[in-house]
Amino acid sequence: MSASRQQRSLGDWVFFNLTRLFAVLTLLMMVGIIVSLLIGAWPSLREFGPGFLWSAEWNPPLNRFGALVPIYGTLVTSLIALIIAVPVSFGIALFLTELSPRWLRRPLGIAIELLAGIPSIVYGMWGLLVFSPLFADYFQPALAATLGQVPLIKGLFEGPPIGIGLLCAGFILAIMIIPFIASVMRDVFEITPPMLKESAYALGGTTWEIVWNVVLPYTRVGVVGGIMLGLGRALGETMAVTFVIGNSSLLDNSSLFAPGNSITSALANEFAEATPGLHTAALIELGLILFLITLTVLVISKLLLLRFVRQEGSRT
Amino acid sequence: MMNLKLRRRWINRVALMLSILAMAFGLLWLIWILSTTLQLGMSGLSWTLFTRMTPPPGGEGGLANAIVGSLVMVGLATAIGTPIGALAGVYLAEYGQRSWLGHATRFINDLLLSAPSIVIGLFVYAVYVERTSKFSAFAGVIALALIVVPVVLRTSENMLRLVPDSLREAAFALGAPQWKIILRVTLPAARAGILTGILLAVARISGETAPLLFTALSNQFWSLRLDEPMANLPVTIFKFAMSPFKGWQELAWAGVFLITIGVLGLNIVARLMFRSPKH
Repeated sequence: MSASRQQRSLGDWVFFNLTRLFAVLTLLMMVGIIVSLLIGAWPSLREFGPGFLWSAEWNPPLNRFGALVPIYGTLVTSLIALIIAVPVSFGIALFLTELSPRWLRRPLGIAIELLAGIPSIVYGMWGLLVFSPLFADYFQPALAATLGQVPLIKGLFEGPPIGIGLLCAGFILAIMIIPFIASVMRDVFEITPPMLKESAYALGGTTWEIVWNVVLPYTRVGVVGGIMLGLGRALGETMAVTFVIGNSSLLDNSSLFAPGNSITSALANEFAEATPGLHTAALIELGLILFLITLTVLVISKLLLLRFVRQEGSRT
Repeated sequence: MMNLKLRRRWINRVALMLSILAMAFGLLWLIWILSTTLQLGMSGLSWTLFTRMTPPPGGEGGLANAIVGSLVMVGLATAIGTPIGALAGVYLAEYGQRSWLGHATRFINDLLLSAPSIVIGLFVYAVYVERTSKFSAFAGVIALALIVVPVVLRTSENMLRLVPDSLREAAFALGAPQWKIILRVTLPAARAGILTGILLAVARISGETAPLLFTALSNQFWSLRLDEPMANLPVTIFKFAMSPFKGWQELAWAGVFLITIGVLGLNIVARLMFRSPKH
């Protein structure tokens, strides 16, 4: 009897610690990533200091490196992606929760989620070979003729329409993050208590007024969390951007039509061929910057979504 | 008064119309991308795709080495990542629900789930490739396994939490030790859900390119050695699609076709296997 009890507690001890070990390993992975990137980037951190962040020079033969162009590319493409993806995702979530007939909701929801399942390299190849020529022939001239004539933002839509470039990358990114933002928005919209919505309907509100004045304020925290999640995805997206951004480390005009570089595309293109030493270290520092920016955005997203779930829990 | 009512009604109509347009906009890309891939990929499909090696520029060939390489690496990465993720998930769901370690791991894991995969590649480069001073298939396997872990962990934890406590209590009352309850009662009860998670993880890493670029690299030739660079579909597609050679581009489309079919197939199977009430 006592032998079997001992055996039993030994089994429990082993199993408990085994599972805990793997949980700790997952935690350590995060620490490990940051520490290893810091070590890898050390030569560059020491050589360039904080000036790395705002120097636009990227010259491997001379060993002069600055991160301004890739950081600019990453931020601008992600911003373009958000400007397009947020309203569209809102529309999709509105459609899925308020307009769609019940039997269509699931298939349409899955279709949008499948967009998120398509590998990024497929977006990239399709973007480069199919989308960007059409983008150059139709979309860019149309933009130049309309928004390109508006005084203040004129400079953003200048230059030859060659398809690939910052704008094209931002557009493809938008398509890629729509499913993430839309499904979070749909999920939080669905949580809105029917009582609130029905009360508003009873006061004579239209569907739009209910979504805009009742559902959206109620779910605001969750919606922002979803947008931040999409932003986190956009910042770190690699292959699709590498295909269509144009890969130029020059930054000589403000036009979004111009080719550029993002942190991820610089890494994808240069890292495997970089000479060990300062070049590699500078690229790793780029990776570190990307990781820290993405983490910040994701942490904010996660905290907002947690807060939303918690306030939801306390109300019901 | 009448005017205001009319105005409100019009705003509503326009807004709802825009919402339908947004839905159509989302579906448009799915259909467009899928139809291009199917159309261009199909024309490149032939038996030589599976029997011949990747050709030099301008030459003829197939994708045999890349397909096999991808299968090997994805298989190994799943085999390594799944137990780690599943057991860590067991810890979160069964032991550490309220402990600080549980909360911290859950939080960090969610971050890892959305972290840029290229950074995982950099990490493996720094801790493994640089030490061994050569690109190798095994480095690629580690990178992919690190992507599998958070996916499997998340789903295993969620699925284990859905198992009703009464099952656990019944087994406890019969005198079973906790580890046996987990292995014989709760894990089997959550089997379908955990399998779904594994399928989704496989789907996710099958198309991953960024973490392989500076770990497994790629290989133009047939190689099954884990300590050498190994050919794989995503990196081969990247190289071929960016090239100006027509033969390479056609092979890239065929490769994209295979990956898309595989990944979407896995996604759909996973969803059919576990039909959760939501989603």
